Amino acid sequence: MIKTNRLYGGRKFKNNLFIGLSTSAAVFGIMWLLLILFTLVTEGFGGINLAVFTESTPAPGETGGLANAIVGSLIMIVLAVIIGTPIGILAGTYLAEYGRHTKLAIVVRNLNDILLSAPSIVIGLFVYETLVLTMGHFSAIAGAFALAVIVIPVVVRTSENMLLLIPNALREAASALGAPTSHVIHQVTWKAAQAGIITGVLLAIARISGETAPLLFTALNNQWFSTKLDAPMASIPAAIFQMAMSPYEDWHRLAWSGALIVTAAVLLLSILARMIGTHRR
Amino acid sequence: MTSITDTEAPGMNLAENYALKVRGAKQLEGADRRFFGLTLASAITVLLIFAGVFIALFKGAWPALHEFGFAFFVTQKWNPVTEKFGILAPIYGTLVTSALAMAFAVPIGIGVAIFLTEICPRALRRSIGIAIELLAGIPSIIYGIWGLFVFAPFFQKNIQPFLIDILHPIPFIGFLFEGPPYGIGIFTASLILAIMILPLISSITRDVFDTVPPMLKEAGYGLGCTTWEVIWNVVLPYTRNGVVGGAMLALGRALGETMAVTFVIGNAHKIDPSIFHPGTTISAAIANEFAEAVGELYMSSLLAAGFFLFIITFVVLAGAQWMLASLDKAAGGSKK
Repeated sequence: MIKTNRLYGGRKFKNNLFIGLSTSAAVFGIMWLLLILFTLVTEGFGGINLAVFTESTPAPGETGGLANAIVGSLIMIVLAVIIGTPIGILAGTYLAEYGRHTKLAIVVRNLNDILLSAPSIVIGLFVYETLVLTMGHFSAIAGAFALAVIVIPVVVRTSENMLLLIPNALREAASALGAPTSHVIHQVTWKAAQAGIITGVLLAIARISGETAPLLFTALNNQWFSTKLDAPMASIPAAIFQMAMSPYEDWHRLAWSGALIVTAAVLLLSILARMIGTHRR
Repeated sequence: MTSITDTEAPGMNLAENYALKVRGAKQLEGADRRFFGLTLASAITVLLIFAGVFIALFKGAWPALHEFGFAFFVTQKWNPVTEKFGILAPIYGTLVTSALAMAFAVPIGIGVAIFLTEICPRALRRSIGIAIELLAGIPSIIYGIWGLFVFAPFFQKNIQPFLIDILHPIPFIGFLFEGPPYGIGIFTASLILAIMILPLISSITRDVFDTVPPMLKEAGYGLGCTTWEVIWNVVLPYTRNGVVGGAMLALGRALGETMAVTFVIGNAHKIDPSIFHPGTTISAAIANEFAEAVGELYMSSLLAAGFFLFIITFVVLAGAQWMLASLDKAAGGSKK
């Protein structure tokens, strides 16, 4: 009797111990993340004013803002989405609708997943070697292209996943009516997977909004307001990098404001993507 | 592909009607083929991008690889003035920071996942899960500036002197904790990396844990197992490959991470046994020095470092995929 009690007690103790450890791991882990968000809001919010959105990078000691960086980021993100989304959706369509089990599809799928998590700095080097060196100078086009290379794998992956969720019976029904495959895709599967594909694009935008490494060697940075596509262009992440690494106190404040803007944008996009994604399922 | 020219097929009338209504069968078939070609071309574009990254980096790396040979990977010397380069120090920094970050983040990440799937009250499960997924999407530069402005000064003032006092006198391992409290350095970079990959590990591991069929767990509970015994004897063996795959995915991320590390590692091109000293990683070296790299050999050495980084992350990520795919197969098999 005593022996079983001891065994039982031991198991109970072990159970409580590990449950306690897991719970404290969760509390500990989440605490750090909340701490970061908290500092971000307290440090960043104080610096946010109208000038942040209307003026460009100041000389150290003067007032200014991030207007050039915000506009630069927007321009390059829009271009990257225009370049990357069609390729991503079409490639995802190939994988889900035409290829599925072909050798080509298996190779593309696996390499795409590796590109998806490949270090973004490597993508930056790739675009530097191919575009920047041939053009002879840094440019917004090169920056947008680097971001597009990051958009494509994200969109391919989500598009394929979403299309695979569509029941085959829908495709078969459309084919039985005599619709050619391309019509089946345009009018049935794409429509059914629409919400999921849009979610993928939004997630891709969220991902590239904060990318810094690939922009450093492609779009570089720009102290002045510029919308020229074949010239270096500022972006919020690159501006944060430059300002945070500088010794100037007021640039640090601006870097925090930039960080808050980027994080807010990324979080809003992710939440929006999640809402669209779950709304129609 | 659906054939619409097959005249013997039943339902021909319908097909003909459909085809005539739209444009006429011939045209339709052409459009069908063009669309197929378009999707195929896009899929091949993905391949071309991958091959392009490989080839472009190798081409850029060639002058350095040719000049220094294998010694490039095993020498510490990094001297832009005499143009002698070796990337042993960045490789060392990359491996040490990633290993330390994994050592911190994997146990905690798995703990978070266990908490979310087995312990957390149901009402909170979804919201905490979503919060962690959102945090996994925060750009790494945010972790970087937080590390530089908030964590490093705090660590330098309040924790590091204390750690050095305690750990440095220990024989045999004391030298690992030597030196003045800089704040920044290998150890700080590892901690920031750990905080950054934590949500990633937690959310992947949680998804993996969710693949365990409830019946298996219920059988365990039915035998009178405690929660911990079910986790240890049912959940973890079932998901082993997935957990390892998820951790490797996070490792791939940690190895190539640039911004979270560059701010806090100190950019010193030397191997120093003390983890409190500044160091550098492959990506931090590239980010810090690319803009000022003059001369073909300097630039090419940085590209060669990037090429090497691409190769090691490729190996790690391919391994991760293989592990996760074998879990999918197991999960698919058990449903039958």
